[in-house]
Amino acid sequence: MAIEIERRPLIVERTEVKRYSASARVNHWITAICFVLLTLSGLALFHPSLFFLTDLFGGGANTRAFHPWIGVVLVASFSVLFVRFWRLNLWNRDDTRWMTQIGDVVKGEEEHLPELGKYNAGQKMVFWGTSLLLIVLLASGLVIWDQYFHGLVSINVNRLAALTHSLAAIGAILIIIVHIYAGIWVKGTVRAMTQGRVTGGWAWRHHRKWLRSEVKDEGDH
Amino acid sequence: MTNAWGDIKHADLVVVMGGNAAEAHPCGFKWVVEAKAHRGAKLIVVDPRFTRTASVADFYCPIRPGSDIAFLGGVINYLLSNDKIQKDYVKAYTNATFLVKPEFGWSEGLFTGYNEEKRDYDRSSWDYQMDEQGFARVDETMTDPRSVFQLMKQHFAIYTPELVERVCGSPRDKFLKVCEMISECSSPTKTMTSMYALGWTQHSKGAQNIRGMAMVQLLLGNIGVRGGGMNALRGHSNIQGLTDLGLLSNMLPGYLNLPTEKEKDFGTYMSTRGFKPLRPGQTSFWQNYKKFFVSFQKSMWGDRATAENDWAYDWLPKLDVTYDVLRTFELMNQGKVTGYFCQGFNPLMTFPNRGKITAGLAKLKWLVTMDPLDTETSRFWENHGEFNDVKTADIQTEVFQLPTSCFAEDEGSIVNSGRWLQWHNAAVSPPAEARSDVFIMAGLHLRLKELYLKEGGAFPDPIVNLRWPYAQPEEPSAEELAKEMNGQALSDVFDPTDPTKVLVQKGKQVDTFAQLRDDGSTASFCWIYAGCFTEAGNQTSRRDTYDPGDTGLAPRWAWAWPVNRRILYNRASSDVSGKPWDESRKLVWWSGERWTGYDVPDYGPTVKPEQAVGPFIMNPEGVARLFTRGMMRDGPFPSHYEPFESPVANVINPKIRGNPAARIFKADLEALGSPDQFPYVGTSYRLTEHFHQWTKHVWVNAALQPEFFVEISEELAKEKGIEKGGWVRVWSNRGSLKAKAVVTKRIKPLMVDGRPVHVVGIPQHWGFIGKTKKGHNPNSLTPFVGDANIETPEYKAFLVNIEPTSAPAVA
Amino acid sequence: MASYQSLDIKRRSASTSTPPTVRSTGLEVAKLIDVSKCIGCKACQSACLEWNNLKEEVGVNTGVYDNPHDLTPNSWTLMRFSEWDNPDNGNFEWLIRKDGCMHCADPGCLKACPSPGAIVQYTNGIVDFVSENCIGCAYCVKGCPFNIPRISQVDRKAYKCTLCSDRVSVGMGPACAKACPTAAIMFGTKEDMKDQAAQRIVDLKSRGFANAGLYDPQGVGGTHVMYVLHHLDKPEIYAGLPKDPQISPLVSAWKGGAKLLALGAIAFAAVGAFFHHTIVGPNRVTDTDEANAADLAEEANGAEPTPETRTL
Repeated sequence: MAIEIERRPLIVERTEVKRYSASARVNHWITAICFVLLTLSGLALFHPSLFFLTDLFGGGANTRAFHPWIGVVLVASFSVLFVRFWRLNLWNRDDTRWMTQIGDVVKGEEEHLPELGKYNAGQKMVFWGTSLLLIVLLASGLVIWDQYFHGLVSINVNRLAALTHSLAAIGAILIIIVHIYAGIWVKGTVRAMTQGRVTGGWAWRHHRKWLRSEVKDEGDH
Repeated sequence: MTNAWGDIKHADLVVVMGGNAAEAHPCGFKWVVEAKAHRGAKLIVVDPRFTRTASVADFYCPIRPGSDIAFLGGVINYLLSNDKIQKDYVKAYTNATFLVKPEFGWSEGLFTGYNEEKRDYDRSSWDYQMDEQGFARVDETMTDPRSVFQLMKQHFAIYTPELVERVCGSPRDKFLKVCEMISECSSPTKTMTSMYALGWTQHSKGAQNIRGMAMVQLLLGNIGVRGGGMNALRGHSNIQGLTDLGLLSNMLPGYLNLPTEKEKDFGTYMSTRGFKPLRPGQTSFWQNYKKFFVSFQKSMWGDRATAENDWAYDWLPKLDVTYDVLRTFELMNQGKVTGYFCQGFNPLMTFPNRGKITAGLAKLKWLVTMDPLDTETSRFWENHGEFNDVKTADIQTEVFQLPTSCFAEDEGSIVNSGRWLQWHNAAVSPPAEARSDVFIMAGLHLRLKELYLKEGGAFPDPIVNLRWPYAQPEEPSAEELAKEMNGQALSDVFDPTDPTKVLVQKGKQVDTFAQLRDDGSTASFCWIYAGCFTEAGNQTSRRDTYDPGDTGLAPRWAWAWPVNRRILYNRASSDVSGKPWDESRKLVWWSGERWTGYDVPDYGPTVKPEQAVGPFIMNPEGVARLFTRGMMRDGPFPSHYEPFESPVANVINPKIRGNPAARIFKADLEALGSPDQFPYVGTSYRLTEHFHQWTKHVWVNAALQPEFFVEISEELAKEKGIEKGGWVRVWSNRGSLKAKAVVTKRIKPLMVDGRPVHVVGIPQHWGFIGKTKKGHNPNSLTPFVGDANIETPEYKAFLVNIEPTSAPAVA
Repeated sequence: MASYQSLDIKRRSASTSTPPTVRSTGLEVAKLIDVSKCIGCKACQSACLEWNNLKEEVGVNTGVYDNPHDLTPNSWTLMRFSEWDNPDNGNFEWLIRKDGCMHCADPGCLKACPSPGAIVQYTNGIVDFVSENCIGCAYCVKGCPFNIPRISQVDRKAYKCTLCSDRVSVGMGPACAKACPTAAIMFGTKEDMKDQAAQRIVDLKSRGFANAGLYDPQGVGGTHVMYVLHHLDKPEIYAGLPKDPQISPLVSAWKGGAKLLALGAIAFAAVGAFFHHTIVGPNRVTDTDEANAADLAEEANGAEPTPETRTL
């Protein structure tokens, strides 16, 4: 291995794979910003000790007023993301194997794992989890959006919606924490969303099947 | 009211019939609640509807509108046949013992002397048998078949529970339960109070409805005692004052009469007003009539009323007929009225048969309205679509709308139901150009007087000679007027028992009507008010809650007529020997030397019990009249008559329609509907949320009860396909209206004479001006006929039909 | 909506600080509504509008006496009329209940409110909305077991009966109690009102209402507005007065367990991630990975890669 290191440094540095188009990146970041704002405003209204966060939005009443609208933007934005990526997130046999070897995943020992497509099972779970929770958040959120949907459902359904909304939001936040941490932990990931490209090595290491198909596509041209 | 509001708390049983005290008198109703809470009193409600009063009652019994006399007759029959009367009271304090002329009788629903053509009675047989000295003959045992007691027993014997059920639709068991509860009050230590209002007066036999209950109360010994009485709940805050001051076309202040055409001179007028006692030694207080009358004349014309000109008797108008509101609008329709002053009321939305009212007003040359509010009457000519469908161009009446101040904007006294004169100050100034009624009337008088002085005229005397002693002639003050009503000495008034002793110095206010004289030395505008504003000051503004014996009478709070007496006939609260019937509720009793107690005795203060002077000192008999002689036009006993529009024939005599002695004009008789076309009974009433048509101008009240509605039973709604909250059309033979439908369990069909009778309840608070939604009033439908004695229109029972309809078109 | 001194505040919405306890708490107040004395005159509604300077809109008749038809941001109290046939004795009863805030000892609105100090409970028991802190989220509506608070569509503030806290703070009773002509609404210390109710219940039982009783539901810790009912066993016949009201378990879960769960889970996730990173270290791409990728690219292109130009 040491020999190889000496032999190919320049070449290695220049290998890059395009992972996300500009529009996908913009789409992602709109969604992400909305999510952050929703998390801040939602937590502000959720827990008294975080109520100070409403100051970020110009006070409690504004926080209450903005939150659902941000939610609407997020849902709209995420819907586009969904259309973009849902096929790539379909589950396959490799994902199941990946899941059974989650210990290796956590340890970062990916050499024991099967070759993966564009997304690993964890990412897919983030995708589907987020999608599902967003539907729940949207439905429950509309019900408790008193300004426009007052009296839409019975008071008990309304209460259930409030509880559901908060639980779903917690779920979503946890998923996003995993998502963000995964991005931080797996070095070289963030640039996929900031610059659109990853290094070939990153793709080789984490999404080799995807890399192969990308390479093949290129060759077919 | 014979008693006072605060006295109701002493009742053991409260009967609300012919009224809806909780709804229409919620503030006064607190005393009923008090009686229930602290005395364990029971409350009975007898009403066609399950009212707000019924909602807090211990017992409710339904009744068909207009059948009250049958019900009360049934109660009287129950009391008499079960011997549930306070016998000692009845014997000593009523005319039950009096013997009636042998010619008097009753058959086929009519008393002796009926003239069908005139719709009137020759009442000469309705009187007592007189002895040689001109006193009525009596039978102390009350067993003589001609005694009032026996005649009464006989008269009411037909009012069996079966008949009551058949006529009133009141289930027999409920009726009997009411009788049983009432009969318990025949004990001297149990009292019942009767609270009634327009539910009894607004019938073609309204006065007899009240007589019916008055008889019950006399039989139970409940008149003149604490927690008893006949208590008329007056609708307007000062309607009692209106009656006291004689604001009726045939009355003078203090219940004196305006002369009729037949009474051409003073001598003739006084000849029927001697009020000679009908039993030996009786007070017969009206013997003082002349003193009150002359004092009134002196108050009107001062120095110009002299012994020589019979105290200006000729200056009083002489009536050919009574000019009640019904006759006035009848004359208007005949084109016989040129101008009309409409002061403080709204006939377009209240008087019966609205079509006739509109037609009458349209025939006037001019109409003056004086009101604090913008009334519909002032705008009767304005088209408001279905709500006032008139052709404005066809109406030539010139309308002068004069805004006046309202009660909160001027000072003066208001007389409550309990006859208390309570002074109030102005809270605010009237808005904009609004002026007091006094200012307007004074201005009118002064201008007329000037015209008469300048131009002469047919008969200027009453106007140019009118006494007008006010500091500001153009606006006499409330104080000046109150002092004038009280009266003063025009020259020194001497003690009749000691002619050297001056009782009242010239120019001083009199203390009581006992100081009034018929020699022209005193003036008093309203003798019963004498004592309200004396040299000691304005008694009506007193505000001391001192209340000895916890009677609720508060003798130092304001001032009650007569002579600050709070319970009328209070001598009757003690037995013949002067000992209270009920020691725990004593009121006035004989101390051994004089009459004393918590109230001003309604009796000679030193007249000994053994003198056997009756407690009903106003009556020449000295006792209360179960048999009223010829004093009422439609009979000495109440008798059941159907309303003029009734779903059933009179079961006693099917040929009699309505009250046979009630006046009805020809066109109005023809405008009556029949049950085949109009099968349902309409009845009108008020709601707590509103006061007449005043409060529809107030936002809060309008929000609390925004829109005109009628109330019907679930059964009728189902039968007619009417939905709760849907629009219905209700019509009578005279008019039609649209309303929202309140479908309720509170009205139930009544089984009358074997078939169901449905009631349509129609509240009366709406109009086409104000903050509420535009609406109609029951007067679009009601018949143009009034009570036989006082012409109060029959608003409470008439015939209608009903159907579902669409919303009215709004102009 | 007067604010008392902070010393008089027992509880404050969305606040974790300990309330002041130095002042002796004094007595708790209560309004006693004796339904058996109420004649449904709506004087209380009128007094409430007048005293609080509220303007209710002039509505329409919908076939009942209830106007307005429900509590609104302007109508903080409302007479509700119920027609009921008593199956036990066949009697018809017209039950009239003055609806409005019950001022619960354990107020669901306060529990649900996310805005610090928008809902306060005074030491005398009055639960009051402090409008300046209200953010209009309508969580109080969800919290309330009696369906009382109403949100104005004009200013997005929550409104309800204040028990005339402004009047009570200067020693007067609520405006509705003052206006009530039959003293069906009484006001005083909670103890006195209970005594008063006990007397009324004796009277009602003597009149045949065997189940007469005081409605002071313990599910919400008792209330500072209580009813004397002829039929305590069937409160629901009084226009749906709840039989055993309590803060909905959904609201309790939302405002209790969920809060802890949420912060706990989030903190756990964050801390977990931190330690994972600490233990496992970053997941880096190795040069071998890069070389393999490059080889793969070369193979695909079928040519010797030119590093400077190779892109995929």
